Amino acid sequence: MTSEVAAAKSLATVAAVQRRGFNIAPYLFILPHLLFFAAFLAWPFFFGAYTSLFQFDFLRPENRPFVGLDNYTRLFDPAAIQAANFWRSMRATVTFMIVSVPPLVIFAVFLAVLLNNRFGGRNFFRMVFFAPYTLSVTAAAVIWWWLFQNQGLVNQALRALGLGGEQWLSSMPEAWIAITIATVWWTIGFNTVIILAALQEIPASLYEAAAIDGASPARRFWHITLPMLRPVLVLVITITLLASANLFGQPYIMTAGGPTQQTETVIFQIYNEGIRRGQMGSAAAMSIIVAGILLVLTALNFKFFGKSETE
Amino acid sequence: MAERSDEDQGGMPVSTSPVYRVLLYGLLFLFTIFFALPIIWMGITAIKPFNEWLTPNFIPINPTLNNFTSIFNDPTLPVARWFFNSFIIATMFTVLIVVIDSLAAYAYARMEFRGRKFLFALMLTTLVMPGIMFLIPNYITIAELGWIGSYQGIIAPGLSGVFGVFFLRQFFLSIPKELEEAAYVDGANTFQTFFRIVLPLSGGAIATLAVITFLTSWNDFLWPLLMTSPVREMQTLPVGLATLQGQYTFDYGKLMAGALVLTLPVLLLYVLSQRYIIKSIATTGLKG
Repeated sequence: MTSEVAAAKSLATVAAVQRRGFNIAPYLFILPHLLFFAAFLAWPFFFGAYTSLFQFDFLRPENRPFVGLDNYTRLFDPAAIQAANFWRSMRATVTFMIVSVPPLVIFAVFLAVLLNNRFGGRNFFRMVFFAPYTLSVTAAAVIWWWLFQNQGLVNQALRALGLGGEQWLSSMPEAWIAITIATVWWTIGFNTVIILAALQEIPASLYEAAAIDGASPARRFWHITLPMLRPVLVLVITITLLASANLFGQPYIMTAGGPTQQTETVIFQIYNEGIRRGQMGSAAAMSIIVAGILLVLTALNFKFFGKSETE
Repeated sequence: MAERSDEDQGGMPVSTSPVYRVLLYGLLFLFTIFFALPIIWMGITAIKPFNEWLTPNFIPINPTLNNFTSIFNDPTLPVARWFFNSFIIATMFTVLIVVIDSLAAYAYARMEFRGRKFLFALMLTTLVMPGIMFLIPNYITIAELGWIGSYQGIIAPGLSGVFGVFFLRQFFLSIPKELEEAAYVDGANTFQTFFRIVLPLSGGAIATLAVITFLTSWNDFLWPLLMTSPVREMQTLPVGLATLQGQYTFDYGKLMAGALVLTLPVLLLYVLSQRYIIKSIATTGLKG
């Protein structure tokens, strides 16, 4: 009797058991995860929308009247304080996305190409470049807050070079530069590792053929490396856009949202409105608008950059 | 031309031109400084006495552990308790994720059941849902359960995540089916097959998931901040470090000592398991 026959027999048995009637085992296996999934991912999807239709004053349970779409319309009323706060925080977030995503992607490609060379000690350098990503955002932000102090190492180095120091964390646009440098330092290793893995999947024969045809390294990069990286770049850009849209810890630690609330991002604003002021309905409405915009952005990114993969 | 070791494999052959080599190693050296120096500077500041904080010397003249003893002895700052909280929370969270997600992943990998396709698609959709939309409603849910400022308040919402389920499912699918079928032939039921055949084969994948989960939980900031900002004793180290910064504003040495306490366990874990961490991130990215 061969094992194949036995296997076929057992497959039939399993299938028969499953066809015969209700099998409880799969449900027992998924149940623990499904409970948490239902409570903290599926339910809040609806509960958030529901909350946004109430005033929902968290600190005063008696003060939670149904207000319809007021929490949304107020965000478009120029006279409302919520609208001013919300759109200022949107501007801050968009500013950070614009200044942080290009370096986080372009330098990651550069580092990955560098690490894709065959030389001794590659894994050591890869380990060092990725190390900051394993830190907590608080650790990364506190370290850079210290480096960017008026008497910090950055200004000391600049003064040694005769360049004079800056008030990095209390002036504009220096605060954004500081937060961006800290963020690039903290997270670029993640993008680098993903792009490096994709580079290693590109068949060497493509480069060899191009080299025989006399293509320069720059041409090989433009005509082979970049097109081959396209699918992974779409993914990396999307992940980076979403991560930058979620900026919170760095300004919370480094600038406390300043100067004059100009680095208060949307997450910061939702935290202030919902948790600090207890205005859960208004904060829920803000969250839904932001989430909607991010969903559209993700879809556009895949549609716009991801379309011609098979060309 | 035989390849010598793991790290020489793959990649573009380096040009033999010495100019190219000097340029390559020069760039690598500069980047190494950029990535390593802030961490080193944190360590140096942490062991400097206060009168040396603002001097740019890299070797402390009078190295000291005073910054550590004073943050651990400050009665208003339960740093030791924060460390304990972080450790307990990250450990419990990791164990629960591994148990809950491996069970679910096995069902989604190998079993047929009603609603499977629907649930799987639903879990996939949540991957693209921006996390921000869950923050406020989950906060209200936890508050209504009376769990603000508790371990379960910090841990429970994260257990809903689907990353571990997808990660382990992918691994279970790569195990040859014949092994499980042989177990069924021998009369084992689903549970016995899972615990005696599948789990022992999955040590590597489970260890990888455990390390990533532990790091994520240890480092998490926003949710523990929401859960514990009014209750100092229940804070985790990342939240505590923010509290420390509020308390000690310009005591740089003490702040860096706090940052080091938060960072050192993670860096140790990373150095020990970096190959697995980097590999899993690389493959997750490629499959995503």
